[in-house]
Amino acid sequence: MSQPKIAEVASFQVTLIVRRFDPETDTEPKWVDYDVEMFGTDRVLDALHKIKWEQDGSLTFRRSCAHGVCGSDAMRINGRNRLACKTLIKDLDISQPIYIEPIKGLPVEKDLIVDMNPFYQAYKDVNPFLIASDKPEKERLQSPEDRARYEDTTKCILCAACTTSCPVFWTDGQYFGPAAIVNAHRFIFDSRDEGAQVRIDILNDKEGVWRCRTTFNCTEACPRGIEITKAIAEVKQAILRGKP
Amino acid sequence: MNVVIEIPNQPRSRKAANWEKYGWLFMRVSGPLLIVLIFTHLIVNLVLGDGIKAIDFAFVAGKWADPFWQVWDLAMLWLALIHGTNGMRTIVNDYAEKEKVRVGLNYTLWIVCALLIVLGTLVIFTFDPCPAGAALELLPSFCPAN
Repeated sequence: MSQPKIAEVASFQVTLIVRRFDPETDTEPKWVDYDVEMFGTDRVLDALHKIKWEQDGSLTFRRSCAHGVCGSDAMRINGRNRLACKTLIKDLDISQPIYIEPIKGLPVEKDLIVDMNPFYQAYKDVNPFLIASDKPEKERLQSPEDRARYEDTTKCILCAACTTSCPVFWTDGQYFGPAAIVNAHRFIFDSRDEGAQVRIDILNDKEGVWRCRTTFNCTEACPRGIEITKAIAEVKQAILRGKP
Repeated sequence: MNVVIEIPNQPRSRKAANWEKYGWLFMRVSGPLLIVLIFTHLIVNLVLGDGIKAIDFAFVAGKWADPFWQVWDLAMLWLALIHGTNGMRTIVNDYAEKEKVRVGLNYTLWIVCALLIVLGTLVIFTFDPCPAGAALELLPSFCPAN
């Protein structure tokens, strides 16, 4: 019996131009090109792996799960913040080189790796944990409607794609940023949480929600499809009301 | 073994109370109001009646003799200047990197804004097309002195 023939996955040549910076030798970042042969099923992360494993082992970038959940490999691909592990190369314009840069607004440490500490600090500042005074014997119950209220903002993976796409964050890095506000939203609108007032006070800051200009860059950048600008608007409304 | 658990969170030091909430609210309220005020102003001045040909010194004098248009122009003046200055302030806060430059620019903005509001308000309420004792050849034709 003859095996049915399975069509071969198409392959193509693609050029990646990567923004590279080695703090030990460079004073300025520089663009470096790499030509790689890729397949229709490959993602930008696979291309970076291929470069690192076959062409230049010094290429440095973060990745962990490689499946769009850990949030390690957010980078600027052709000028847009995306996860390298969720961007198929065939979906980009491969007749042109693909430009890859570190996310903007955070200090570059090496190649595509940036210092995430300012980002995490803003996240920590909004108290991203349940604040509740009771000591329940079993789980805290919640109606499906109450749960649906903040469903969207539970999806955040802290990849920083939103915060580093925000032009207000680029200016001085003092703004809390969309990701911190999304994670505050997740608890402010949680019916089991009692710390909404604290978070509302924290975000009613000079660098808080009022710096948002609703440019929607964050919503467009989010690899999880969270409606971030809407969440920020809801937090603004909560601050105006003085309660969630 | 003693385990020291790090305090999970040290909140950002609370800065002084701020007016950002009211600034934001003012922009949302004054914006739609200005759309109505400005477009009505443009239509009344440039489209209705004889259109653009009607505009001259007498037209403006006539409008400002009516308390309705005085209040209208006053609202437009105050709202537009504060709205614009507050918008400029946010841009300065974004782009001025040195604290001294930022504060200096913001002070300049508000001083200019206050000055324009005072002068504009003064003109709207003290405007007199036919001041007594003025030289005859400087007065418009519709003044009773002519």
